[in-house]
Amino acid sequence: MELRRQHLIDPVVCIRCNTCQEACPVDAITHDSNNYVVSFEKCSGCRACVSPCPTGAIDNWLLVDRPWTLDEQLGWEELPESHPSHGATIVETPAEVSDLMDAATTATGGKVPPPPSAAQPFTNVYSREAPVTARVAGNMRITAEGTESDIHHVVLDFQANAFPVLEGQSIGIIPPGLDAKGRPHNIRLYSVASPREGERSGYNNLALTVKRVAGGVGSNYVCDLKKDDEVLVAGPFGDAFLMPDDPEAHIIMICTGTGSAPFRAFTERRRRAHAEAPGKLMLFFGARSPGELPYFGPLMKLPKTLIDVNLAFSRVPDQPKRYVQDKLRDRAADLAPLLPDAKTHIYICGLKGMEQGCDEAFADICRLNGLDWASLRATLRREGRYHVETY
Amino acid sequence: MSSINYADKIPNNVNLSEDRKLQRALESWQPHYIDWWKEMGPEGTNTSEIYLRTAISAEPDGWAQFGHVKMEDYRWGIFLAPPEKDRKVNFGAHKGEAAWQEVPGEYRSMLRRLITVQGDTEPASVEQQRLLGQCCPSLYDLRNLFQVNVEEGRHLWAMVYLLHAYFGRDGREEAEEMLQRRSGDADKPRILGAFNEKTADWLAFFMFTFITDRDGKYQLCALAESGFDPLSRSCRFMLTEEAHHMFVGESGVGRIIERACQVMTENRTDDVRRFGVIDLPTIQRYLNFHYSVTSDLYGAEVSTNAATSYNMGIKGRYEETKIGDDHQLEHTTYSVLHPVSGGFQPIEVPALNALNERLRLDWAEDVAKGVERWNKIIAKHGIDFKLTLPHLAFNRAIGHFSDIAVDPSGKVISTEEFARRRDEWLPSESDLAYVLSLMGGAVHKPGQFANWIAPPPRGINNQAVDFEYVRFA
Repeated sequence: MELRRQHLIDPVVCIRCNTCQEACPVDAITHDSNNYVVSFEKCSGCRACVSPCPTGAIDNWLLVDRPWTLDEQLGWEELPESHPSHGATIVETPAEVSDLMDAATTATGGKVPPPPSAAQPFTNVYSREAPVTARVAGNMRITAEGTESDIHHVVLDFQANAFPVLEGQSIGIIPPGLDAKGRPHNIRLYSVASPREGERSGYNNLALTVKRVAGGVGSNYVCDLKKDDEVLVAGPFGDAFLMPDDPEAHIIMICTGTGSAPFRAFTERRRRAHAEAPGKLMLFFGARSPGELPYFGPLMKLPKTLIDVNLAFSRVPDQPKRYVQDKLRDRAADLAPLLPDAKTHIYICGLKGMEQGCDEAFADICRLNGLDWASLRATLRREGRYHVETY
Repeated sequence: MSSINYADKIPNNVNLSEDRKLQRALESWQPHYIDWWKEMGPEGTNTSEIYLRTAISAEPDGWAQFGHVKMEDYRWGIFLAPPEKDRKVNFGAHKGEAAWQEVPGEYRSMLRRLITVQGDTEPASVEQQRLLGQCCPSLYDLRNLFQVNVEEGRHLWAMVYLLHAYFGRDGREEAEEMLQRRSGDADKPRILGAFNEKTADWLAFFMFTFITDRDGKYQLCALAESGFDPLSRSCRFMLTEEAHHMFVGESGVGRIIERACQVMTENRTDDVRRFGVIDLPTIQRYLNFHYSVTSDLYGAEVSTNAATSYNMGIKGRYEETKIGDDHQLEHTTYSVLHPVSGGFQPIEVPALNALNERLRLDWAEDVAKGVERWNKIIAKHGIDFKLTLPHLAFNRAIGHFSDIAVDPSGKVISTEEFARRRDEWLPSESDLAYVLSLMGGAVHKPGQFANWIAPPPRGINNQAVDFEYVRFA
């Protein structure tokens, strides 16, 4: 299936002021007495019409497998569903990717279903054989200079190509060149750190959080990317580690280092779509020091009403080593009532091994509060509310 | 050149710094403008920070920069749309000549008058709306009100620039007088009647921006066709801003209708005033009022003034260059509805003399489309009610219908009957008092809306509906 990104005008919101038609440099916009419409063939996606539009009706970009014609658009009373499912075909996840994903979930007993309220993800839209080219829109180091962790925030722009992702999904980067044995490099998986509508809302882009690993082919390639470089991308991948789309969902997020990427996406999604949601967001985030904690500054600025942030630092001079499991225990009083709640979802993402510490901490909290962690965890897993990705 | 010079005291894209005399003249007008703004601009808002859009270039990609600014720090300036290469005078006696970059001497007073009348409406509407912030239904709406206000202020700048730059001492005096007149003032009223009416409540404000700002759009469109190129370019840029004002009006009334319909269906009643929302018949009466008062702004149906300014190449028709005729109109006629004993009759008049009416009908058609969209909201709720536009002869004070009494359906009636039944058709004292009674304290909590209006489907500039559009000091 080939999905394309089509620029459309929302007829419910449009007030027919004609500014877009005036602004369009390629005359892609036209109208009749019913609607203003955009020609798929003519529109270059330059966005010259977007800021002059007083209503925001102009800023709609739908993923389609067959573009809507002008005649179809002229007859609309409202926009159609954003993801037409007709004609979609299922593509198998390539083995090199599914092997990586399986490895990430083995420690806790393999794959679990997605949370019941998660949106339907697109997967395998692009492959190694038919990748999409993204352009680097920005690349910056987000850990303090002089610290050992060299972590980068990289923004990729997909321009006119549809690249639908949900919070929690990963993308595959195909490093150029061949490995020592003369074969193409394996696809590298990175969790998307931005919400579904883009790092910047309405832009066709996404963000990654990538740590430079000494000698690592993929991480050094990504961390060294310059603005406007072109990158071959496969994916999106992942259909289980997804954000619940329910504003009432409580989400407990536990991470270390770049494992924070999906949680940045979750938090942004909640902030943009449901800032006053009744569901709680609790973040437990471990790093060696504040300077090595990616997004430390922006994280500190988030309102307390949105997210409950708990940081654990293991290498701050003159202070005892603290890990995420210690922080979990510190917050036992608040976690205990959440654990048996049917709205609670737990996500763990980061370095291999952390899931065991978390597991023990949850077991302790349960024991002290008259709960049985083993059976609770089984329920959480069965219901797609307990997700682990560790590498 | 298109980028705007913000280093200057007055942001501009007209190379103001190269004309020292003009720059000095405008810089001496500027403090008077600021004084006027402080006195007559939105009440009690000098320290609030408002999420406004500001132009950083007149090109499509750069004229809408969003950020929190204090209104006093808003960079009012002079922005013209980019010039069109080899532009011509496109209508009238001078059709085909190169567009004028200077004012033709013989048309000086006509042009000055047109620019003054257009310019006068801009500060007038700011004055009319200055108290509305105190009863805003949400931060979102407050922000929209202020955006409209600062842009009306900027439209005054656009007209004052033309007066200063092209009309010498006379122009400077006109510019000064723009700041002296006051909306509704008995001694020094604004020039046009509709701009001396009060805008006491938000329904009136939304109706005004939907209907009267749309008159602004059509007047600007006609002036954007002008053979006087600086006027054309000024108006073209103003039109881009004007679109937002009509959006505020159309969506504002639409949200009031939406709320009324919600309450009607939830409670299975037409008597929604019990629930503190505005009933559809009251909305209809407001519509009748604003529509008829704004109709008067187009002037007499048959007008030699309009013919003259067209013939001179100063003010064209709506979308002049898209119309397929000779653009001189000396030998064509246009059908205009006239009052004849007890009824109406279309009478062919010279097309040149019918230009006011023609522009009014273009506007009316556009208004009617907006009303249709409101009716879709009502229909969606399954409610059997339709808003309609009154007959064009209804409640007119200017033109050849002003001597007769007509009901909204177009039936000619006696003046006694009109007086007796007036409150069926136009907002009564008790309608106005009821709507005003809903305008209690301002709603300042992000994401909250007054009970009588539904939230918008989306926020401004992709922000959430509960974004903090106004920050109070």
